Amino acid sequence: MLRYLIKRLFFMIPMLLGITLISFIVIHLTPGEPGVIEAEMNPKVTKEVRERIRAYYGLDKPLHVQYYMWLKRIVKLDFGISFASDRRPVIDKIKERIPVTISINLISMVLIFIIGIPIGVYCAKHKDTTIDKALTAFVFAGYAAPTFWLALLLMMFFGVYLEILPISGLKSFNFHELSFFEKILDVARHLILPVGISAFGGLAGISRYMKSSLLEVLRQEYITTAYAKGLPEDVVLKKHALRNALLPVITIIGLSVPGLIGGSVIFESIFSIPGMGQLFYMSVMARDYPTIMGILVIGAFLTLLGNLLSDILYAVADPRIRIG
Amino acid sequence: MPYNNLGLLYFNFYLCYNNQNTMTIKKYILLIPLIFFCLSCSSAKDPGFYEEKGTPAHGDTIITASIGEPSNLIPILATDSPSHEVASFIYNGLVKYDKNLRIVGNLAESWDISKDNLTITFHLRKGVKWHDGAPFTAHDVMFTYKLIINPKTPTAYSGDFLLVKEAKVIDDYTFQVRYSKPFAPGLISWSTAILPRHLLEGKDITTSALARRPIGTGPYKFYEWIPGERIVLVANEDYFEGRPYIDRYIMRIIPDSATMFLELKRYGIDMMGLTPLQAVRQTDYPAFKREFNKFRYLSFGYVYLGYNLKHQFFKDKRVRQAISYGINKKEIIDGILMGQGVEANGPYKPDMWAYNNNVKRYPYDKEKAKELLKEAGFNTGKDNILYKDGQPFEFTVLVNQGNDVRIKCAELIQKRLSEIGIKVKIRVIEWASFVNEFIDKRNFEAVILGWSVPHDPDIFDIWHSSKQGKKELNFISFENKEVDELLVKARHTLNMEERKRYYYRIQEILAEEQPYTFLFVPYANVAIHKRFKGIEPAPAGLMYDFIRWYVPERQMRYKQ
Repeated sequence: MLRYLIKRLFFMIPMLLGITLISFIVIHLTPGEPGVIEAEMNPKVTKEVRERIRAYYGLDKPLHVQYYMWLKRIVKLDFGISFASDRRPVIDKIKERIPVTISINLISMVLIFIIGIPIGVYCAKHKDTTIDKALTAFVFAGYAAPTFWLALLLMMFFGVYLEILPISGLKSFNFHELSFFEKILDVARHLILPVGISAFGGLAGISRYMKSSLLEVLRQEYITTAYAKGLPEDVVLKKHALRNALLPVITIIGLSVPGLIGGSVIFESIFSIPGMGQLFYMSVMARDYPTIMGILVIGAFLTLLGNLLSDILYAVADPRIRIG
Repeated sequence: MPYNNLGLLYFNFYLCYNNQNTMTIKKYILLIPLIFFCLSCSSAKDPGFYEEKGTPAHGDTIITASIGEPSNLIPILATDSPSHEVASFIYNGLVKYDKNLRIVGNLAESWDISKDNLTITFHLRKGVKWHDGAPFTAHDVMFTYKLIINPKTPTAYSGDFLLVKEAKVIDDYTFQVRYSKPFAPGLISWSTAILPRHLLEGKDITTSALARRPIGTGPYKFYEWIPGERIVLVANEDYFEGRPYIDRYIMRIIPDSATMFLELKRYGIDMMGLTPLQAVRQTDYPAFKREFNKFRYLSFGYVYLGYNLKHQFFKDKRVRQAISYGINKKEIIDGILMGQGVEANGPYKPDMWAYNNNVKRYPYDKEKAKELLKEAGFNTGKDNILYKDGQPFEFTVLVNQGNDVRIKCAELIQKRLSEIGIKVKIRVIEWASFVNEFIDKRNFEAVILGWSVPHDPDIFDIWHSSKQGKKELNFISFENKEVDELLVKARHTLNMEERKRYYYRIQEILAEEQPYTFLFVPYANVAIHKRFKGIEPAPAGLMYDFIRWYVPERQMRYKQ
């Protein structure tokens, strides 16, 4: 097992290298260059000034030299200084935004699992009933409805019309004056809409997964055997069927790990949440290469790690696929 | 972008780089029924409450919002408009524009210009203090100048300052610059923010803490910056022009303009620039009018249809004139801008001193257009398209993606020109490749673009024939000897009447030549909460007199 792990970790290195190389080339091929992209077509920004700024960022060097310089820094875990005009270390910019994104994603992920799995189980058990169909319609509505549209409607309704929920942001203006419990309440009120909407959108996936996987298991012969033994339905379902049906769900948990640091741009913009999605979008728009690369590297690393994690979890949960 | 203390809301952004618009407008279409639904249910309040003018008093907070987060509060290092907007409250230049766009003193009390027009001597205000208490002197000005021209400083704004031949500090309150040639935009270039020497000298400006905790001489002091959320400024009680009435200025960062509009309706923000649709339709209901004033002024920019003058057909002046006659500008303004704009006839906005009202105009006239095209050698073919030497008259208009107004303009132009036998294709391209692949490589036939109009009328960079290199702005390849001469003369004289004559003549030539078909100058519409008094729109915009805005005691909302 340990050897397998080490081998897997070792194979991650060339994979990461390949990912960074391709990303690096692709973002440098995109038209537009950092520093002056906002000043494009600005009469006050002369040609000489442009050249000066290019040299400042090292963009006058050939691409492979730039990549080598970047690589030399990244192996020391130095993400470099952002090309955006704030010129802050990339790692600071990411650090500042990661907690918000992770907590919102974590809360909505937990919500998705808590609500989605029972829905899936219920639908499998009561297949083709009216309630099953209604639930299916409900989760698909969540999946299909455009986030921004739903978000704006709900903001309008709860924020402008009923005036019971805040429209955007994460904290109120007088946050620092509030007591501890009021602070929690304040943040919770701000989180209801964003978390609710993102969870609503994610229900379909997990509940459908759960349903089909459980239906698959229920068709197995050992379930028939269990029923034949005279076991009560509850026991058959919980002890025999559900355990096996949950296996594929583990894969999803593993694959969700990289998603935890990613955020949706549209979603974060609408609720004015300063998260990773916005940071990534802004850096792409400003051609802020170090920040783009920093986020991509962390994302790639987490994806590979998540794959590994789900493989390990799988092995732990299912004796059949354990490797020596 | 000239740096201008409290000068204007930066609507340039709206013209040059408008990626957010399409999405927003679509969203609003979906929302219209709901908006009307909500009109009927706003809470009743004494309708005259905010009408009372009251007397000026200190206090209250104004909350504004910005789509983008400022990047760097050292203005010479920032190219984005939110940064400049915040910094304009914190720093001062030596001079600034007043409400009518005349140059007046700011940190400089007065200035003398030598007889040969080469030397400007600034007499600085005495007793001005930095926000940390240190005195402001001519050494700060010298330091700022040296910093800007230092090749190691990554600033986009060194162009004007590299023309200075010599700068010297005469005494603590006198600063002198000498140009090798008289340079008309020279004076206003000193509206650039003066930075504190005692905090920056000997340090690397790119890593300075001032980028996020600025210290200036301006009417507001920096208080806090919560990343991704808001920036808070507080009134500078010792400000040399008097303490501002409004105690706090907050800029919230709200990246989505639909959300921003909802926050405005919920009174989460006090001030916001409105799109034409918002200004004309979506704010036209009693509850909104009870709480908000709407202001409008001509924004600093115009939109045009530009021709590649190397193109075989566009080389001929008559062809360009014909197209100008064939386009209905009024229809564009009424239909697309919902009336929120005026026709443009040249490169300035009508309320500037350099604007010449008396130039050749091109009212919509189909017959005249056809006549001119016939004169230029075009004949109608069987398919109703014009032909010259067997070549059909068709061309492609490039428009940048995300700018809904310009895309719709292109569609109207397409329709109108098809009526006179010209086939127009439209191609929508993302901004960065628009500039790099098409404009820079001269790989276009016609474009719809906007220029922001500078406060100073110098338009050398856009129209002089020497400015046709890569990344330079005369990308349509306009060449006119007389314009070249006039541009040079106008930029090298400091006599305003003389400059005016040169610019008047340039506008006449441009109107005759029609290298662009100038389309329109849009209005900037701004909604501001009614409790704020003392706001007067002027050619300079709204913000020029911000420190004199006030809220009467009884109407204050945020008390500390």
